[in-house]
Amino acid sequence: MYDFAYQKPGSVADAVKALAADPEAKALAGGMTLIPVLKQRLNHPSVVVDLAKTGLSGITAGAGSVTIGAMTTHAAVAASAEVRRIIPALAALAGGIGDEQVRHRGTIGGSLANDDPAADYPAAALALGATITTNKRAIAADDFFQGMFTTALEADEIITSVTFPAPAAANYQKFRNPASRYAIVGVFVARFPAGVRVAVTGAGQGGVFRHAAMEAALSANFSPDAIAAVTTPAGDMNSDIHASAEYRAHLVGVMARRAVAAAS
Amino acid sequence: MGHEGIGASVRRKEDLRFLNGRGHYTDDMNRPGQLYAYIRRSDRPHARLGAIDTAAAKASPGVVAVFTGADMAAEGIGGLPCGWQIHNKDGSPMAEPPHPVLATGKVRHVGDPVAVVIAQTRQQAKDAAEKLAIDYHDLPGAAGLREALAPGAAPVHDEVQGNLCYDWHIGDKAMVDAAFAGAAKVVKLELENNRLIPNAMEPRAAVGDFDPMSGDYTLITTSQNPHVIRLLMGAFVLHIPENHLRVIAPDVGGGFGSKIYHYAEEAIVTWAAGKLKRAVKWTAERTESFMSDAHGRDHISTAELALDKDGHFLALRVSTLANMGAYLSTFAPCVPTYLYATLLAGVYKTPAIYAEVKAVFTNSVPVDAYRGAGRPEATFLLERLVDVAARETGIDRVEIRRRNFIPNDAFPYQTPVALQYDSGDYTATLNAALKAADYAGFESRRAAARARGKLRGIGVSTYLEACGIAPSAVVGSLGARAGLYECANIRVHPTGSVTVFTGAHSHGQGHETTFAQLVHEQLGVPLDQIEVVHGDTNRIPFGMGTYGSRSLAVGGSAMVKAMDKIIAKGKKIAAHLMEASVEDVEFKDGTFTVAGTDKSKTLTDISLTAYVPHNYPIEELEPGLEETAFYDPKNFTYPGGCHVAEVEIDPETGVTSVVNFTAVDDVGRVINPMIVEGQVQGGVAQGIGQALLEHAVYDSAGQLLSGSMMDYTMPRADNLPNITVGTESTLCTHNPLGVKGCGEVGAIGSPPAVMNAVVDALREYDVRHIDMPATAPKIWSIIQAGRPRMAAE
Repeated sequence: MYDFAYQKPGSVADAVKALAADPEAKALAGGMTLIPVLKQRLNHPSVVVDLAKTGLSGITAGAGSVTIGAMTTHAAVAASAEVRRIIPALAALAGGIGDEQVRHRGTIGGSLANDDPAADYPAAALALGATITTNKRAIAADDFFQGMFTTALEADEIITSVTFPAPAAANYQKFRNPASRYAIVGVFVARFPAGVRVAVTGAGQGGVFRHAAMEAALSANFSPDAIAAVTTPAGDMNSDIHASAEYRAHLVGVMARRAVAAAS
Repeated sequence: MGHEGIGASVRRKEDLRFLNGRGHYTDDMNRPGQLYAYIRRSDRPHARLGAIDTAAAKASPGVVAVFTGADMAAEGIGGLPCGWQIHNKDGSPMAEPPHPVLATGKVRHVGDPVAVVIAQTRQQAKDAAEKLAIDYHDLPGAAGLREALAPGAAPVHDEVQGNLCYDWHIGDKAMVDAAFAGAAKVVKLELENNRLIPNAMEPRAAVGDFDPMSGDYTLITTSQNPHVIRLLMGAFVLHIPENHLRVIAPDVGGGFGSKIYHYAEEAIVTWAAGKLKRAVKWTAERTESFMSDAHGRDHISTAELALDKDGHFLALRVSTLANMGAYLSTFAPCVPTYLYATLLAGVYKTPAIYAEVKAVFTNSVPVDAYRGAGRPEATFLLERLVDVAARETGIDRVEIRRRNFIPNDAFPYQTPVALQYDSGDYTATLNAALKAADYAGFESRRAAARARGKLRGIGVSTYLEACGIAPSAVVGSLGARAGLYECANIRVHPTGSVTVFTGAHSHGQGHETTFAQLVHEQLGVPLDQIEVVHGDTNRIPFGMGTYGSRSLAVGGSAMVKAMDKIIAKGKKIAAHLMEASVEDVEFKDGTFTVAGTDKSKTLTDISLTAYVPHNYPIEELEPGLEETAFYDPKNFTYPGGCHVAEVEIDPETGVTSVVNFTAVDDVGRVINPMIVEGQVQGGVAQGIGQALLEHAVYDSAGQLLSGSMMDYTMPRADNLPNITVGTESTLCTHNPLGVKGCGEVGAIGSPPAVMNAVVDALREYDVRHIDMPATAPKIWSIIQAGRPRMAAE
């Protein structure tokens, strides 16, 4: 990796100050994306601002919701009794990210801020209608994700926590890339009294997206059969050496049906 | 001596240091004042090289030197040699264009080394390498076989128009054509053998050093065969006499063939150490390994089988295109010829076989031997073809194999493609595998899977391979530029402990254990008093290293010969001490006795006498107890067996899972059953990887798309079933141990077993053949094509 300066501020305010001071500064959460990118010399920040000491980890159960600090690791979410009680599908998703080493370093805030089109957490945040809280404001998940690797975050804005409302039922099904084990298609289905939300990661050209046709069908009838005939336009899907757009579109249906069956 | 000798599952002695992180690998080795090399590689598949501006790199912090191909050429550095010359059908030699250490004139594949930067630290070298300004003039490139052979394709080497390295053949074409003309049935199959990237756990590394006082060079390298590297690099590239060049291959973390070859980086660090009078280290990054380690396989073939009305094979005709990559790697030419076409008889008594092979230069990483080397390609072709023949003649898949097996009374059996098999019992391994796999009970498992919505299939492969490539005189006549014997030096120390100096090299195989078991068996020395030394040209006699499952069959046989000499000398010393005649002295379990008396002397008594020769037949016998033997095999060995794979396919996603795998192999005499089981399991894991997961993919221009672990699918534990391993052995008839070899059988026998199972699972979709890897989208597409589209779509 290239040389860079390194700072480890002791508060969110100091971290924001450091990021605001330098347009080439980069925030470091768990580093599960940033560190490999630095090692491959694909990025050359002037300063890396490590958020490890900003006091952003921890899980709090609320009335009908759970709030997770941005620096909470995937392993902590997967093991949390509160998360497992309130939103078991979210704990299961966290427990299926990467491998054991990644889960003990990677954080929920880092994952959401990075918005990798094949990451798992964006599907959960979008399907559950999470609220992403930053040092400045609260952002609804529907407004947060703005295309692959693009979010509503401003340069000097740091995610501090994420609040997930508890669904009546939810499930996440992931079809992994056989090599990287990232999602080729991941579908998170969440049923609320007001209706069903379906979010798809890994597949879309624009990153994570909500599947309106499936949501309408499942809100009327929450069963796999209800979406058996719902198709996903292949034209909006990614295509690479691992999966064609047509195959991804097909898998969206398969994973969605399996998620509904598991959540029913 | 049963519990620690031949046949005992002794725990691997070397694992103590490996499992405790105390191995000594090349990158662990550091020399005083050591510098670091970073190699700038071509990111272009094919380009003419213009000027290389090194000024900024040379001025970069910490940089000691920058060298390009022109610098090496100016000093008369030779190109990397090829160790095997194939002749064309017309008798002319193959095209053998130069393989410069650093590119000159052109770059020919992504990863081709262009310049080396040597600096105080690795980071500084890498920083400086980015400052090299390289003037490329892009040329059209082709990494694929068909594209490189297409009319008008750009020549990879200007002097090889048409990109044809050789056009070779074997067998009696007229006899084969006549058999086809009279055949009741002809089955034809086109197939591809997917390109693989070896990915040993330890990346390649090399440390060069030079002592200006003595003029001695040292190269520490991740090699399977240090003497071969010393010979090739010393004699052909750097022109360093053997007495001034020491090559050390310490602990090596896996090779699978990819560490046989003499690579550019070895020559670069050794030469640079001499120029700079300082040690120079290079260690590959994983991404670098993907584009600089020799790849494996990559064939396109047409195969035809002629049968009589009863399903007996009459003749086999094969035409193969084999990808050589951009340059000829050390043993590349022999892989698709003498390690491939000679194996096309398999376990069958097919009376006539003809094969022609065109080897092709492409803008891709050089291709050479990878675990199995030619034999997996032959086995995949043959065992797929036999399954298709069964399907198209209506004869059961197992029955058609039985009907065509070489019978047990036919050995030694001369095939129509040069090899003579010494022993085997193909019915025995087939029967044992079918029993262990509960083949008879499969249909009920298929039905149960069906009820769960899964498509279940079973596949069988009855394979044969050839190990311990030999004899030297024969391989020499076939184009090898090296001998293929092995050496052993056995040193019995004064107090009876033993050091074995072997030319074989262990990079995961467990030689320190297996070889010690041989010594224990023959000399009766306890295992903890036996040390096995390998991998250092200054310590061991000239040896050829380890590949092709040769270490026990060839290296072990050399040890037996050396120990025979030890015993013979020991008997003379014992006869002197016990005042008996040599003919009356017997040796067993570490003790010399005189027949018909109670006189005895231990090996320790004898060794002590040999080194303290006070009471010693000094007039007739030299002191000391140390013997060297070289063993040149009389023939290949021929392991074989039967693999049975059972798969389940999820028809919704196309995902294939191997749910059961059974391997029953004839590997000859088994020295350590636990190590054999581990070797077979590892090989099967790689075979399942080839069948379902692994694929080196280039785009049409020659960019490597599967250039990292993010895109190249290595098999992982959750891709593999429990693998049931059995042995059903016949003994090799021509080496003293009766051993055949087990290192590659798993990778050779398993891919067609898996693919036969996949095709079987999809039988309702009328599938005739599927090329590897059977990825989920590929299987899904087949299922989609075989199913009427629903109106809603």
